[in-house]
Amino acid sequence: MASHAAAASHGAVAGHDDGHAHHHHTTTGLDHRKIAIWAFIGSECMLFASLISTYLIYKGKSLVGPFPHTEYVDAAGKVFTPILDIPVTSASTFVLLMSSLAMVLALQAVQLKGQPLPAGAGWWTRAQRSSQLWLGMTALLGACFLGFQAYEFTSFVREGLTLKTNLFGSTFFTLTGFHGAHVTVGVLWLMSLLWIDRTRGLTPKDELVVDICALYWHFVDVVWIAIFTLIYLIQ
Amino acid sequence: MATLATPTPAAVAGSDAKSGLWSWLATTDHKRIGTLYLWTALAFFLIGGLEAVMIRTQLARPNMGFVSAETYNQLFTMHGTTMVFLAVMPLSAAFFNFLIPLQIGARDVAFPRLNAFSYWVYLFGGILITLPILFQAAPDGGWFGYAPLSTPAYSGVAPGSSELKMNMDFWVAGLQVLGVSSLAAAFNFITTIINMRAPGMTLMRMPMFTWMSFVVQFLLILAFPPITVALVFLMMDRVFGTTFYQVAAGADPLLWQHLFWVFGHPEVYILILPAFGLVSEVLPTFSKKPLFGYNVMVYSGIMIGFLGFGVWAHHMFSVGMGAVADSIFSLMTMLIAIPTGVKIFNWIATMWSGEIRFTVPMKFAIALIAMFTIGGISGVMHSSPPADLQQTDTYFVVAHFHYVLFGGSIMGIFAGIYFYYPKITGRFLDERLGNVHFWLNFIGMNLTFFPMHFSGLLGMPRRIYTYDAGQGWDLFNLMATYGTYLLVVATAVFVWNFVRSRTRGAVAGGDPWQAATLEWSIPSPPPEYNFAKIPTIGSRYPLWDLKDPSWNADPSGHAVPSDPSDLQEETASHTAKALGIPMPYPTAKPLFTAIGLVVMFGGLLLFRDHHAVGLTILLTGAAMLIGGLYAWLTSPLE
Repeated sequence: MASHAAAASHGAVAGHDDGHAHHHHTTTGLDHRKIAIWAFIGSECMLFASLISTYLIYKGKSLVGPFPHTEYVDAAGKVFTPILDIPVTSASTFVLLMSSLAMVLALQAVQLKGQPLPAGAGWWTRAQRSSQLWLGMTALLGACFLGFQAYEFTSFVREGLTLKTNLFGSTFFTLTGFHGAHVTVGVLWLMSLLWIDRTRGLTPKDELVVDICALYWHFVDVVWIAIFTLIYLIQ
Repeated sequence: MATLATPTPAAVAGSDAKSGLWSWLATTDHKRIGTLYLWTALAFFLIGGLEAVMIRTQLARPNMGFVSAETYNQLFTMHGTTMVFLAVMPLSAAFFNFLIPLQIGARDVAFPRLNAFSYWVYLFGGILITLPILFQAAPDGGWFGYAPLSTPAYSGVAPGSSELKMNMDFWVAGLQVLGVSSLAAAFNFITTIINMRAPGMTLMRMPMFTWMSFVVQFLLILAFPPITVALVFLMMDRVFGTTFYQVAAGADPLLWQHLFWVFGHPEVYILILPAFGLVSEVLPTFSKKPLFGYNVMVYSGIMIGFLGFGVWAHHMFSVGMGAVADSIFSLMTMLIAIPTGVKIFNWIATMWSGEIRFTVPMKFAIALIAMFTIGGISGVMHSSPPADLQQTDTYFVVAHFHYVLFGGSIMGIFAGIYFYYPKITGRFLDERLGNVHFWLNFIGMNLTFFPMHFSGLLGMPRRIYTYDAGQGWDLFNLMATYGTYLLVVATAVFVWNFVRSRTRGAVAGGDPWQAATLEWSIPSPPPEYNFAKIPTIGSRYPLWDLKDPSWNADPSGHAVPSDPSDLQEETASHTAKALGIPMPYPTAKPLFTAIGLVVMFGGLLLFRDHHAVGLTILLTGAAMLIGGLYAWLTSPLE
């Protein structure tokens, strides 16, 4: 495959492709990857629906604490305060939502690549053109969210809630852990795009690759909105 | 395909050699992947059949001692798991792979390398779940793996031992691996069908097999996540000590059943709809008539898929969900009989006053209509909760679903194999041996499963490894066992025919059955690029338009005759390179990535008892997976 080295760099452009739609006509005119990512997101909806349903079915069914929203006193008289820290998680939710904004700006920056800047463009117009800035920002905010989650998990364990403690522990860690794993995959994906952008430079032709990553990223954000509402806000 | 192209020196020397082991390990050709699926799934079909033979031998007479109770548990668990996940689903996948691109006029699937990945993951997942039976450590909790019975508290520790048994761990890990395979394939086929149809191939001109497959792919992507979640919970209960299914911690013992059957009932349609699609190709061809009520067939297929998600709790009438839930699910179950019945009547109407040719595939297709109807009727009987309470967990249910899955899916798949073997290999399966196979299979099947209706109604429970004499079950069990032995002979005839005809069968040519759809417009076996020129489609039966437009009564009235020059059978053999058609490079990266995935799950299996070793293997697998994925995604396709 060495003889295809030139083509190989082109493959890196295509990034997450298996499809060859950019060479050929398709029935819908859409790239194969665009259809596949929507099918994937449809499937992911069922995954999170199953996880969230289980959480809701088991809500309030734990026999021992700590509990998410209420105080618990164990047999030895030890007091466990309500374990969810809503202000902290509100902050991390805000960070994740802002990452979606940065993702939108990253896609826009890729679409605008190569177009001349208007005369007398200010710092914001210049900043809007930097796909590296916004891809990096999205990844950074995603990583920040993961940092919050790591903090949350460790402090819960310190307060006495693990996977094994009760139904709340099992369902909470599994659901939010699954979401965290999705954010991690997203951060790796964004960093791969950033790496491609830094080495070879993304162009408007790569819009689709960024667009697919953005669809995934927004989906993961929307799932978090559901989780934050159902688990943290509704008591 | 070696029989087609004279290999050019470059082809022999380069990475696109057309034969040898490497060409199969690195293939991205949907036809070769389909062939791999076919052979692998048939091998698992034989293994599953062997398990059935051992089950029936043990049950031939009262109080037999052929196998122990523990072995029996492993046998019925693996028989169900193997037939559902490793035989029937992949046999359907073999046809998805081989046929969908050919039927819609495409040169490959949308993601050829993902397609290879799906196959390898299936193969390794199948091995992971099957191999332990050689060490008497196979899964033993039923193909439905009911938790809490499959949690460590009930199936974890062998009597007189303190170590956790791994039996169900293999099942939990194996099914997750197989889920990845099915999901990846489903994304691929959805994209292929939506986006790679030849010009003029509107959705309502697609061949019925492609339509039914299209519905199945949606069932797969929506039904597999719930079982994946159920399996993740079970795995975490078994490995990390979570409380999802621990009733002592307040868990709901029905959680598993709901999650499993939300998957499990659509799974029934995942198993049967491809067979429905296959006979919908066979019946018009051998009746020389278009499929009766094409539109209604499409809508009823979609309706079945849709309603299939609303009937899961009819598997749970006996758990006491209450009158409201029972009534709703009972009603939904009765409703789903309507679109299914519509299909049966449409097939009969397709044959009505047709010029019927009783070939072997036609016989299997007609057998599907008859046998599936029996299974369908006993299915509607279960929709009534009071009747179901009598029948549940008895052999009556075993009889019911074997009429649906053997009488339906397997008959349809055999119809498909006899019908498409000439397209896949270029040669016919022997008609005489095929007839012997058909009749032995038909009689054997009925002798095996019909008596189970009676033993079931007389109260014989499922999953018991032996029984006492004098309960009125003896004769029916003996009949069933003899029927199974007859099926062994039938299958042996089939295997002999299948293997022998590859080299000795009569040469078939491009369109041996005078069929109507695109796959028959190209040589058999098809060249690697399928279509030298992508055809333009003007109707549902383009080949019949060419031969005699009067055959084709396209009711839409909008049909334009297809361009004859597009559909001329190609006589000359060319390589893709000579024709300037870009083809995907062969690559073993999907294979490498699939190995990574399975190694990862292997590490997870070891983790509970050997933390360090398990973690090392798990991380090695993860590194292989990620590395393989990066190498794959950053290299060009073609």
